[in-house]
Amino acid sequence: MHEILIEEKILSRNNEIASGNRAFFKERKIFAVNVVSSPGAGKTALLERAVPALKDRVAIAVVEGDLATDLDAKRVGRFGVPVRQITTGRACHLDAHNISHVLPWVEEQGAVGLLLMENVGNMVCPAEYDLGEALRLVVMSVAEGDDKPLKYPAIFSSSDVLVLNKIDLLGHTDFDIERARSNALRINPYLKVFETSCRTGEGIDRLCAFLEGEMIRAKK
Amino acid sequence: MHELSITRSMLEVVAREMKKSGVKRLKKVSIRVGELTAVEPDALRFCFDESIKGTPLEGAALDIENVPLSGKCDRCGTEFRIEAFSNACPKCGGNDIERTAGTELDIISIEAV
Repeated sequence: MHEILIEEKILSRNNEIASGNRAFFKERKIFAVNVVSSPGAGKTALLERAVPALKDRVAIAVVEGDLATDLDAKRVGRFGVPVRQITTGRACHLDAHNISHVLPWVEEQGAVGLLLMENVGNMVCPAEYDLGEALRLVVMSVAEGDDKPLKYPAIFSSSDVLVLNKIDLLGHTDFDIERARSNALRINPYLKVFETSCRTGEGIDRLCAFLEGEMIRAKK
Repeated sequence: MHELSITRSMLEVVAREMKKSGVKRLKKVSIRVGELTAVEPDALRFCFDESIKGTPLEGAALDIENVPLSGKCDRCGTEFRIEAFSNACPKCGGNDIERTAGTELDIISIEAV
């Protein structure tokens, strides 16, 4: 009987590929954002707001991850930015490998400054998979439970930004936004929290200004 | 269910190490799973057993070491188990807590002949 000591991360292969993606982005000064949430929290709607707000200031490309269909790619494609759909089939998350496959496509788009990667709608699985992003943004909506951060801690602890979306519905649900905020900050005290309504556009400018600031900071 | 893709990644590492060491029969895989990962040990065990069924690895055991979320207070240096995601030091009440364990998803070792 041999005991063979390994001591390595189970997802070391994913992490290696993610490091390669990160180097690719860094070399080309591309700010890559991994957008995660449960299904229906408003990831695509957020892109539909952020893309037109930012596209005159930075060249944007979008990657859409879904189990099936190119419906989201069509929604975001209306704004005249290049969009590439990744259908994952049965996989419930994007992984670094998926992203490495679209890098040649990103290259073909010319000087991209901001790459928005919309993950598969899922609060669990994407948490463990580094894509090589500079920033992970989790969206949570007022139509969900304000205890969600406590129930899905991994996704909140691995994210940099929390967007509380659908604030136009506040008062119509039992969602307590201060409780949601404090639950999220309990899991991750470093989270930057924004409140938005993709329906009315409220809060989008603040979020976009923040993203622009992060892009500038990353270039330095 | 990403436990299946995690299992696949794990078995890739196992296959690589077995080849490297020239062993043929896998007896046990030992892994470490932190409390703050999005991994459900029971689901992982199920995926592991299903994935090795009918393969040369069939019958191998999966040993999971669960690692509780732990922290260290930057102010007084106390090390403690973080309960209910509290960010306060149980000794001095300080809020500068460094998380020291609980995010692991590691393969520790294998046993094989």
